[in-house]
Amino acid sequence: MTGTTDFSQAGELVCPAGTPAALRTAVDAGADSIYCGFRNATNARNFPGLNFTPEELEASVAHAHARGAKVLLALNTYPPAGKVDLWREAAAQGVRAGVDAFIVADMGVARHIAETHPGARLHLSVQAAAPSPEAIRYYCSHFGVQRVVLPRILTIPEIRQIKREIPCEIETFIFGNHGLMVEGRCSLTNWLTGLSTNMDGVCSPAADVTYERDADGAMRSCLAGFTIDRFGPDETAGYPTICKGRYTAPHRPDGYYAFEEPVSLNLARLLPDLMEAGVHAFKIEGRQRSKSYVRQVVSAFRHAVDEIRAGATPDLADLAALTEGQKETQGAFRTKKWR
Amino acid sequence: MELTLGPVAYHWSAEKRRAFYARIAEEAPVSTVYLGEVICSKRAPFFERDLPDTIDRLTRTGKRVVLCTLAEVMLKRERQATAELAETDAFEIEINNAAGLLARGPRPHRIGPFLNAYNEATIAWLAGQGATHVCLPTEMPGPAVAAAAQAARAAGLGVEVQVFGRAPLAVSARCYHARAHNRTKDNCQFVCEADPDGMPLATRDGEPILRVNGIQTQSESYVELLAELAELSEMGVTHARLLPQDVDMVAVANIFDAVLSGRTGVAEARLRLAAVCKDAAFSNGFFHGHAGYRHIERRSANA
Repeated sequence: MTGTTDFSQAGELVCPAGTPAALRTAVDAGADSIYCGFRNATNARNFPGLNFTPEELEASVAHAHARGAKVLLALNTYPPAGKVDLWREAAAQGVRAGVDAFIVADMGVARHIAETHPGARLHLSVQAAAPSPEAIRYYCSHFGVQRVVLPRILTIPEIRQIKREIPCEIETFIFGNHGLMVEGRCSLTNWLTGLSTNMDGVCSPAADVTYERDADGAMRSCLAGFTIDRFGPDETAGYPTICKGRYTAPHRPDGYYAFEEPVSLNLARLLPDLMEAGVHAFKIEGRQRSKSYVRQVVSAFRHAVDEIRAGATPDLADLAALTEGQKETQGAFRTKKWR
Repeated sequence: MELTLGPVAYHWSAEKRRAFYARIAEEAPVSTVYLGEVICSKRAPFFERDLPDTIDRLTRTGKRVVLCTLAEVMLKRERQATAELAETDAFEIEINNAAGLLARGPRPHRIGPFLNAYNEATIAWLAGQGATHVCLPTEMPGPAVAAAAQAARAAGLGVEVQVFGRAPLAVSARCYHARAHNRTKDNCQFVCEADPDGMPLATRDGEPILRVNGIQTQSESYVELLAELAELSEMGVTHARLLPQDVDMVAVANIFDAVLSGRTGVAEARLRLAAVCKDAAFSNGFFHGHAGYRHIERRSANA
């Protein structure tokens, strides 16, 4: 586990890995740290075909450490009562594998790791939904949390203010899927599918997705039989993520994006401001993404962070092409009007 | 098992709220009434104006009053409101955000459904920090409710489960009511007041699916655990929570009370509830480990 030296240099690039191969790719592309999870409900990307066995994690940690990179283990779901042992066992396996930090959300899990593995470093997951200095301090003082992953709902001035009032590092998402609901407080998927984001680590699961062609040529993308969006013949049918669908309201009979359009977060242009505001680590979303995606995105952001550290202005035009539906947003970070 | 009335999630007008609590105080068979603006800090001043009168009215008829904190605490006014409420000694408080836990410290408090007390480890931790009562997250399935209730009771806590009302499914920093009217949260002009039971969203092929309540997303159908009341009680759940909807909540409370006391069977209670909640569909999927929207019939329904 981590020693007394600094965990990382400011501007740490935290990259996703859904497989050991993606982890090696991220390391090669310049990731400072890589986050990943086990093949079960203990993490919030519990998708088929993704994630690590304990043996794979151990080998991956060795691979990363040999190249100067760190591995962060996501244990960031909420165990339902009666199943807590799965999370405890995952923590023990993480310690055995030599991971550098645990990303946690549940207080019971945080307390267990703090007491059972006192040398372990804890990061507070975005799933804990801690956007205020007081909430963050609660986790720092009781469980020794050393870093908070902030929800994607704050402006940069607000982040700057929070940094002044907390005793830990800040990590923010800078690129990838842009969840609209407060993470760790969303049961939409469970309402429609019977699988819970908080308890099972599942969000709009692929197994429940169908695409239905209507007689008029329109395509409906459905989740568990519910039409999440309907696309005309000239539109590209998108994935049925509940918070990015189009719905009708009494005064919006044609259907509109009630929550958010299918846009991706891209804060490339705000990196210097975020660093100046006191953000220590930048997180790239996408454990479910391919190796080539990881390579492209991580390399581009590696280059950008290095440029900023050298005092230069980074060019990130290429990154726009990688974003979902070619549309991107700076979300809440740039303006309160997002709210 | 006692019946409680949860906080009003919606932005009801002052007159509507006054009339509502007047009737609850005089007529509803609930032991405890939770008060406070849990969803939107912009609405809070409207609520607070009437709060002393509401509290007075309820306590005079013997109701226990519990004041609730916001679910989402981010802005300065939200942080301040949470810190102030945490100083309350005159009434019990229900905390829905870790910011409230920090402010309250070891002084006694209740844990709200937005605080994610999903398991025995978290409940034991919170009990050691001064929690006296926990309302479990609405999405928890039966076996987890049973295990959580057992742990809570062992630690001396009261245990509460939502048995009626729209399921709270998500909160966001963005106001979807404002968005639906091409406004932002800061210039919303309280457009949410026009939807006292939430703004309905339907799929593009016309199927009602969700409700918008400011920054909150709720289910279209009402959670209804009439047939599960006996089982909840056996599990050790001490309190059954009714969430206020824009229907005759006194009648709703009477129906649940009649089933709890054995005066009415579940089948008849369901017919009466359907008559009170005219346009509503009912769901109990979460409790049975299925998709939340589903309604699972069980053989013991008429027992």
